[in-house]
Amino acid sequence: MPDVDWQFTIVLISSGLMIGLMYSLIALGFVLVYKATDAINFAQGEFVMLAALIAAAACAAGLPFVVAVLLSLAGMIAFCFGLERVVLRQLLGRPTIAVIMATIGLASLIRGFATLTFGPGVLAIPMPVGDDPLFLGPVMLPPVQLVGAATSLLFLAGFTWFFLKTRMGVAMRAVASNQTVSMGMGINVPRYFALAWALTGIVSALGGVIWGAMLGVDNQLPLVGLKVFPVVILGGLDSIVGAVVGGLIVGVVEALAAGYLDPLVGGGTKDFAPYVLMIVALMVRPYGLFGRRRIERV
Amino acid sequence: MFYRESGIFKTSYAADMAVLPLPGTRWLLAALAALFIVVAPATLDEYTLSVLNLILIAVVGAIGLNILVGYTDQVSIGHGAFMSVGAYTAANLITRLDAPFWIAVPAGGLMAALIGVVVGIPSLRIKGLYLAISTLAAQLIIEWVINHTAWVSGGTQASIQVPPPSVFGTKLVGAWQIYLFLMFFVVLAIVAAQNLIRSRIGRAFIAIRDQDIAAEIIGIDIFRYKLLAFAISSFYAGVTGVLYTYYLGIANYEQFQLDVSINFLAMVIIGGLGSTLGPIFGAVFVTLLPIVSRRALEFVGGFFVERADLANYVPSLRLAIFGGLIIFFLVVEPEGLNRLWRNIRTWFRAWPFSF
Repeated sequence: MPDVDWQFTIVLISSGLMIGLMYSLIALGFVLVYKATDAINFAQGEFVMLAALIAAAACAAGLPFVVAVLLSLAGMIAFCFGLERVVLRQLLGRPTIAVIMATIGLASLIRGFATLTFGPGVLAIPMPVGDDPLFLGPVMLPPVQLVGAATSLLFLAGFTWFFLKTRMGVAMRAVASNQTVSMGMGINVPRYFALAWALTGIVSALGGVIWGAMLGVDNQLPLVGLKVFPVVILGGLDSIVGAVVGGLIVGVVEALAAGYLDPLVGGGTKDFAPYVLMIVALMVRPYGLFGRRRIERV
Repeated sequence: MFYRESGIFKTSYAADMAVLPLPGTRWLLAALAALFIVVAPATLDEYTLSVLNLILIAVVGAIGLNILVGYTDQVSIGHGAFMSVGAYTAANLITRLDAPFWIAVPAGGLMAALIGVVVGIPSLRIKGLYLAISTLAAQLIIEWVINHTAWVSGGTQASIQVPPPSVFGTKLVGAWQIYLFLMFFVVLAIVAAQNLIRSRIGRAFIAIRDQDIAAEIIGIDIFRYKLLAFAISSFYAGVTGVLYTYYLGIANYEQFQLDVSINFLAMVIIGGLGSTLGPIFGAVFVTLLPIVSRRALEFVGGFFVERADLANYVPSLRLAIFGGLIIFFLVVEPEGLNRLWRNIRTWFRAWPFSF
């Protein structure tokens, strides 16, 4: 029956879009830091896990959900500020690969400490939204995903507003576009570097709560971070719009691959189909769909 | 070790280009060779030798990765996958065609080089982080393909048992025999890399690293040399994979996952990019780190918690220490252990009359 197939596709695409929005949220953290400080954060997945762990621990201690989210937000902002001050500021002006390696080291540091402090088990973040899915025709939408997608949309819009309209946002764009000139214009560049990391902390905290509520919090959660790479590369490393579009594309491709390719080849395509797409896209547009083409001079 | 010349007295180009500029270095190298090739295998016990063997294998891979990352400035997070290509090529040749090691080792290297060139093709158009992520993609894709192709991976559990290598009819089974076997390849790898960098090819690599557009303008075929760097580097990786297979007696894709790629990257960066000594320091450091930290933790932790509990903490503590030390070294000396070593030597250069 052809229309059953059609329904199946719709279901896959809609759930892919929702997951994709949540990828966009995490990818946003990555893009913010890259845009402002040229640093590449390989620990994004671990940031998400850390935030989720804080929220889960707060929930387990009997605190209400909202307080747990706020705690996680505060914790992540403090963590990112500290990180910028202690580690990343020392690496300013060093080769990119040194920063990459530092964040890789940071990733294993967080992973190790997380298991030590919170134990190896799976923790839960109970989101107070119930478990009854919402039905829209053939499409079934779990409430956790709905809340996640809505929050992502809200914050993506919020960040766009922040960058276009507020004084700080404009200053951050100035820093991203040319550090020397913005320094000359009286912008305190190191402060905006710290701000960029703090914003990443906020995004990671939200992402952590959403992903943690959806998947459960354990040491598998950082794998979400591996999905962020095709998202940002597809969209272009320095583009917020790119992060959103890339997230949506990756979400849909992943869902379609899991739905149609997995039965044919025996599983696992979900994890690398986005990467194949990414390589093909890079061949055509080496700076991503929305990335700025850097003009290189000798 | 701390003897140095008191100034620059070179009068010919040949003297300036010499690998061993001081006569003392020759004696030092001879002493080191005697120590590592004759004394070490004869005196050390089985366990120490097996740790040394791991270091030797890592040295080959790290030197290879350094050619790509340190000299040509092309990042690869896919070296674990290249190693698995070498490992499975060799394992299939050994088990199906009964190939001796002198065929299996270069064949594994060549196959890895071929795959490495394919992965390196995007490097013409994309750079920096974009390239790093595309090699990460290669890592995941190669891993998946090997794991899902029974013809390559030997079916269930994707592992192939391999007999020990035999040299002149003797099967190498003891740790000291494997040690000497590996040492042969390590010496070969070091000499080859050292001479490659001094050649026309090496100079082209360095020119591309320093400014690729400028290199293109002075007539270096960038595409060809970038692919060559990928090929040579993955050849080393392939050989590392084969050596690892011989060492373990089994080829298994789980030995070559993403964390292996990252470990090798850590070796090159912590050791110091763009030198021959750096990757060796890095390989020693990164290989010893988990072993030493486990020992230390078991020793110190024994005072605080029960021994059975300790086993639960050690893996995560080790992970945390690994990460912490990487960050520490990058903050303290971003140019790596080799730079520290050079600083020490410079300090001793005019010692005891430093002022």
